Amino acid sequence: MWDNLSILTTHAPVFNIQLLLDGILIGAVFALAAYGLALVWGVMNVKNLCQGEFVIMGGYFAWLMGKAGLHPILALPFAIVIMFGFGWVVYLTIIKRVLTKDMFTSLLTTFGLAIVIQQALNLAFGPEVQAVQSDFHTLSLFDGFVTVANIKFVSFVLCGLLAGAVVMFMKHSRMGQAIRATAQDARAARVMGIDTENVYAFTYSLNAAICGAAGVLISMIWVIQPFYGITHSIRSFVIVTAAGIGNLPGVIMAALGMGVAEQYVGFVMGAEFQQASVVVILLLVLIWRQMQMSKLRQVVQ
Amino acid sequence: MLKTIVGAGTALALMLGVGVMSADKAQAKVEGDTIVLGSAISFTGKYSTNGIHAKNGYDLAVKKINEAGGVNIGDKNYKLEVRYYDDESTPARTAQLLERLIQQDGIQYILGPYSSATTKAAAPVTEKYQVPMVEAEGASRSLFSQGYKYLFAVLSTSELYLASAIDLAAEVAEKNGKKPSDVKIAMAFENDPFSLDVRAGVVADAEKYGMKIVIDDKLPRDLSDMSATLTKAKALKPDLLIVSGHSKGAATAARQIGEMNIEIPMIAMTHCEAAKVHDKFPAASEGFLCSTQWAETLSYKDGLFGTAGEFDKLFKDTYEGYTTVPYQSAQAAAAVQVWADAFERAGSTDPQKVRDALSATDMQTFYGPIKFSEAGNNIAKPMVLRQIQNGAYNVVAPSKWASHPLVWPRAVPSN
Repeated sequence: MWDNLSILTTHAPVFNIQLLLDGILIGAVFALAAYGLALVWGVMNVKNLCQGEFVIMGGYFAWLMGKAGLHPILALPFAIVIMFGFGWVVYLTIIKRVLTKDMFTSLLTTFGLAIVIQQALNLAFGPEVQAVQSDFHTLSLFDGFVTVANIKFVSFVLCGLLAGAVVMFMKHSRMGQAIRATAQDARAARVMGIDTENVYAFTYSLNAAICGAAGVLISMIWVIQPFYGITHSIRSFVIVTAAGIGNLPGVIMAALGMGVAEQYVGFVMGAEFQQASVVVILLLVLIWRQMQMSKLRQVVQ
Repeated sequence: MLKTIVGAGTALALMLGVGVMSADKAQAKVEGDTIVLGSAISFTGKYSTNGIHAKNGYDLAVKKINEAGGVNIGDKNYKLEVRYYDDESTPARTAQLLERLIQQDGIQYILGPYSSATTKAAAPVTEKYQVPMVEAEGASRSLFSQGYKYLFAVLSTSELYLASAIDLAAEVAEKNGKKPSDVKIAMAFENDPFSLDVRAGVVADAEKYGMKIVIDDKLPRDLSDMSATLTKAKALKPDLLIVSGHSKGAATAARQIGEMNIEIPMIAMTHCEAAKVHDKFPAASEGFLCSTQWAETLSYKDGLFGTAGEFDKLFKDTYEGYTTVPYQSAQAAAAVQVWADAFERAGSTDPQKVRDALSATDMQTFYGPIKFSEAGNNIAKPMVLRQIQNGAYNVVAPSKWASHPLVWPRAVPSN
């Protein structure tokens, strides 16, 4: 472990750049799915446990596109539109019925939904691990010490554009305003004549669409399989919990930070601690928050 | 008085019941001139692809043996037949179905299920009823450390999967005028029982040569990212990289080794074929060493199927849709050959006598030599390493059966 640390500090600090780049670029894709979750959680108070399954569904759009002989990145608009429609159907048939029930009902419902989606994907595409080829080249820096696949840069830019579009939409469109109003106070929003039912359906669908886009990108960076959604669900939860709901800059920072932390922990301590590190960070953030809160409570008292 | 009558009646019923059951058993295990083998194997669920490969292997061997005149026990001639149940890829179901095969159907000879997990569930059942099982698809080392007496496996166990890569690295080092103990090894294994078994074999062999393990990462099951491990490999420049993590590990490794221009001269892994790395990452996977139980180019042969190549051709002619024959099918066929051989040597259909004959098995098959250790695993057959050369899998180790020379260092594609 100390040997590995000394590589980064003294022997070959150039590898810091590799780890930072890898972390930030993959973190951007996490941020996308996490932002979708933050929306649904904040607006509807539904903790969507099938977040990762939506991501994997998106990945299969890219895979199908690649199989059809086209460039998989062209699947992006299809994934967004079709997943939006899928989200709407899921909302009308399932989520709508559990929205007013207690937290456990919605947790169980979305968990059940995750299992159904996994099995449906398994039936449709088989259990084989699939890797979608972007056929982009690799960028080689510092005499080949730092190598980053161009698809990671492409997906970083696309993530940025998508996130920007969603932010503009939330700020400036009527629907965006309605979503924010509903998140602040659903009852007051209804009094003001906002069709909150419609707002919920739109929010849930928007989340599915964002996940679909994230899936298209992730399928070209990692690998997909019907049962790999859980990884993305957990990441999204950790990021949103650490950043706080309704805090977009927080979500982005947390996602990028965790991407980088994972790479560093994987390098220094070994891959077996890579995912554990994320959960430890979450724990530390929660403890720190708790301490801040208790100070605040003392002041108030 | 009443009590006595009831008691006697119950006893009588029990006795009758037992009588009927044992009669059933006697009939079922050998029906007329047919010996019935039983197997609970996966036709549905996550192991279904390989479960069906295995079933095809069993069926082909049964067909071929029957066509060649069946099995001669004493002066009587028998045909073989297999009764299947679908275990739905669930170990608990495998155990249940074996109970059913043995208890209800009276089957006394078992062919193994697919996967180590289901075999682990099956072995205690066959052991309980003292019914021998020849399995072809469970490689876990832990199956052979329980003292099972009725379990026999034709395949090489998991700790042997990549150990031959260590020998090969030592050979290469010596050829290049270096000592084997100078070899630096980077390892990335998934954190699951199978891959850790593979790792144990690698570590033991590396210690034997005094090689230095510079990276020893264990990949979490849910992680499909090896970039941190590979960055470390770039910094430490090992001579050999070993990866084992099922299809996901192979696909992730191939993708990221290509994307990061990893220049390690020798890379060995499991599950290349299952992950189709030669097809998905043709440039990156060039020169990978892939371990396999069996390859059709090997020079093994027997009297039933002929050579490995002839088995390959027969299998492709019999079953549609196979471009390559999975080793899962080959070893399944070999398991049936082991049964036939044991029946003939035992000269009896008595399960105990057949078990003793199984235990004394020492035969050559198209799949390789088969000889069981005390623990029941096959100690005669080595694992084979194939190198991906221009997209084709060519046997390069062990050198005795190699069809092509090793390409070293592997070509590093420029991106």
